[in-house]
Amino acid sequence: MAVNTPKTVAEPVVLEGEHSASAIRWAMLAEFWYYFRQNRGAVVGAAVFTIILLVAIFAPLIAPHDPITQVRGAFLKPPVWQAGGSWEYILGTDPVGRDILSRLIYGARFSLFVGLVVVTISVSVGVVVGLIAGYFRGPLDTFIMRLMDIILAFPSLLLALVLVAILGPGLLNAMIAIALVLQPHFVRLTRAAVMAEKNKDYVMAAKVAGASRMRLMFRTILPNCTAPLIVQGTLSFSNAILDAAALGFLGMGAQPPTPEWGTMLAEAREFVMRAWWVVTFPGLAILITVLAINLMGDGLRDALDPKLKRS
Amino acid sequence: MSEIVLETRNLVRDYTTAGGMFRQAKTVRAVKGISLKVEKGKTLAIVGESGCGKSTLARMITMIDPPTAGDLIIDGQKVDTAKGVSPELRRKVQIVFQNPYGSLNPRQKIGDVLMEPLIINSDLPASERRHRAMEMLKKVGLAPEHFNRYPHMFSGGQRQRIAIARALMLNPRLLVLDEPVSALDLSVQAQVLNLLADLQDEFGLTYVFISHDLSVVRYIADEVMVMYFGEAVEYGTRDDVFSNPQHEYTKTLFAATPRTDVESIRARLARKTAAA
Amino acid sequence: MALLEIKNLCLTFDTVGGKLKAVDGISLHVDRGEVLAIVGESGSGKSVSMLAVMGLLPWTATITADYIRFDGKDILNLSPSDRRKIIGKDIGMIFQEPMASLNPCFTVGFQIEETLRQHTDLDRAARRRRAVELFRMVGIPNTEDRLSSYPHQMSGGQCQRVMIAMALACNPKLLIADEPTTALDVTIQKQILELLVNLQIETGMAMILITHDMGVVAETADRVAVQYKGRRVEESDVLSLFESPKHPYTRALLSALPENATGDRLPSVSDYFLEEEAVTGGAA
Repeated sequence: MAVNTPKTVAEPVVLEGEHSASAIRWAMLAEFWYYFRQNRGAVVGAAVFTIILLVAIFAPLIAPHDPITQVRGAFLKPPVWQAGGSWEYILGTDPVGRDILSRLIYGARFSLFVGLVVVTISVSVGVVVGLIAGYFRGPLDTFIMRLMDIILAFPSLLLALVLVAILGPGLLNAMIAIALVLQPHFVRLTRAAVMAEKNKDYVMAAKVAGASRMRLMFRTILPNCTAPLIVQGTLSFSNAILDAAALGFLGMGAQPPTPEWGTMLAEAREFVMRAWWVVTFPGLAILITVLAINLMGDGLRDALDPKLKRS
Repeated sequence: MSEIVLETRNLVRDYTTAGGMFRQAKTVRAVKGISLKVEKGKTLAIVGESGCGKSTLARMITMIDPPTAGDLIIDGQKVDTAKGVSPELRRKVQIVFQNPYGSLNPRQKIGDVLMEPLIINSDLPASERRHRAMEMLKKVGLAPEHFNRYPHMFSGGQRQRIAIARALMLNPRLLVLDEPVSALDLSVQAQVLNLLADLQDEFGLTYVFISHDLSVVRYIADEVMVMYFGEAVEYGTRDDVFSNPQHEYTKTLFAATPRTDVESIRARLARKTAAA
Repeated sequence: MALLEIKNLCLTFDTVGGKLKAVDGISLHVDRGEVLAIVGESGSGKSVSMLAVMGLLPWTATITADYIRFDGKDILNLSPSDRRKIIGKDIGMIFQEPMASLNPCFTVGFQIEETLRQHTDLDRAARRRRAVELFRMVGIPNTEDRLSSYPHQMSGGQCQRVMIAMALACNPKLLIADEPTTALDVTIQKQILELLVNLQIETGMAMILITHDMGVVAETADRVAVQYKGRRVEESDVLSLFESPKHPYTRALLSALPENATGDRLPSVSDYFLEEEAVTGGAA
């Protein structure tokens, strides 16, 4: 993974043929881990993120209740440690008698799904557009970049709201809207990286060897621009989760009874004064997830950015 | 007289600086009409200081940039870079760059670096490509176990060997060497120069050797061209140029090259004692 | 008495792959008014040992030495603030990349006057006069105009002249020049070397010239120390070094000069010295 590893590599193991290839990959991975490990927050973030990921994948096995079933007679039960709480509903229930813990566990699925889809869309579109702008320059570049400037000029949530209002509320439309809002960052980043790499001698050498334009762009230049993109990708992941929760809260994202964290917050709005747990736990879930991902992104930056490398 | 691999007639290259909203675009003439001829198996050295246009000339000869005016003739065939270059022609001229740290793709294994020209230009099966890359690796003095390593695991001299190997994968007729040894240590420089001499003998290569170092040029060149502000101020056989420089600038250049013989050191020390 | 004395200097760096020994027990001394050249290829530890003297190494470096004495004072165990009083005033330093060594945000005149303000108690007008004087000394024409230009408006050679002027601002006793002409063209190199040599004779300061170029050594040095892989392999006066090099590495370096080529092939270092070095392509 490490892109520009420094010159002092752990003693290259001399093995024959294919074996040495995997040995080298291991050495590079070990080095990536060495730098990543230096940042303690990043390791904690990565651990928390892994737990959330596992919880999301195995939600049906872990969750004690069905997230949508409404239980009569269990309205607004407090968490277990508070008077009136029971082990049946560890984090209490919401105003219509659904188990909050189960809803949070299932909600992790939606949040991670949103993050994944949004990042995939915005990275793939952003990278291609940025590559074109950075490689060809000229009027095309100017046109693309001004368009991106216009998108960036809007407050991102406002633009997403407008788009959802046009497309109609719903999780899928919210994801498309958020992807569109986040994508200019990738365009700019890719363009800058491509412009820096484009004039390097190795690109020239590939050109002299007769490489086609497509090959130059995607096979030669693009792999050398990935480090900043990976970092921006993780940060956008958390941004996407936040924006999706915000849209959900405003009633423009996932629709009830979907156990989406933002939607959960919105549904419980009127009970904030009486039952603190209905808003606190979804809020905490969002906070912890976003924080973990951001910490991880920081560590990735340290491990992948050659400028910060001490060697 | 043997065949002529490279010929240029009055090659000119202008650069236009981008004119902004309030500025007029300005044109700078980097190369002002260079004519040269190189025979097969010979080495032409182009000498000059930074900004004299020698690298621009190299880019035109390698068909990276089109000339503004003038003719480029490779192997008796007239080239029009602006209209596109056929793969067959592209194959004939290859280049080795100055900076061994920038000329290899950091994400590409050495084996892939060497096989890429074959993938693009030929339909050889993978096993044959691999075989040829291995052979070339050995030819430039590296070992088969280097095949799967990445560029950052090599020293400057080794990288330059890899860059030379890549340039030779397509059996070119002409190799443009843009300051290939100026970023290397003295002892490594000697090894690379020896390698270049060996390869020239073996493959009958023609070199255009660009350098600012006169002692290297004197060692490797058959013919020498001295460039100054885009013009060729001196052009002749090595012995003519070195023994009897005509132009004022060539003389300045020679006078500026440090002398390492014992007599000049002794003279300098004597001058110093006299001054003190 | 020697101006700078270093005894048994060792330098290690912490890296991913563990500890890396860059300098291994180097001793050297420079007398007043002497030009010492330290020659070596990349990785020989020639630059880092001088950076250690200046206290300019990053925290990953560990420095040990029996002593480093400058002008009779031990500077190895000096506090950073005491060290700063010596560096820049009594020891000047110039680097390989003149463009990168000047701050692009300020005029060169301002940068010279800043150095003077830190190390002298001259007033504004006196500082200005001294800056003009220094620029004349290093041969920059149109002194007044040039003082108010920015580094990017000057050529590489002129920037190096500015760097020299800045290093000389406080009449240092020692000037350390780290590859001062490597980034410059040959004709400019000659001018800068001549300037350095003349200034050295004029001011009587000592000079340490770090270089990989035997030509530069031949044109400037009184005495030469040859370093290889963090160790000193030979030290002698310049004439006997070129006349009769003793160590095989020095012999190899001299015969690898293309102008000394006799046959068809250049002898490379491996022909003389250390077979296994050649296999891995020499110093990394």
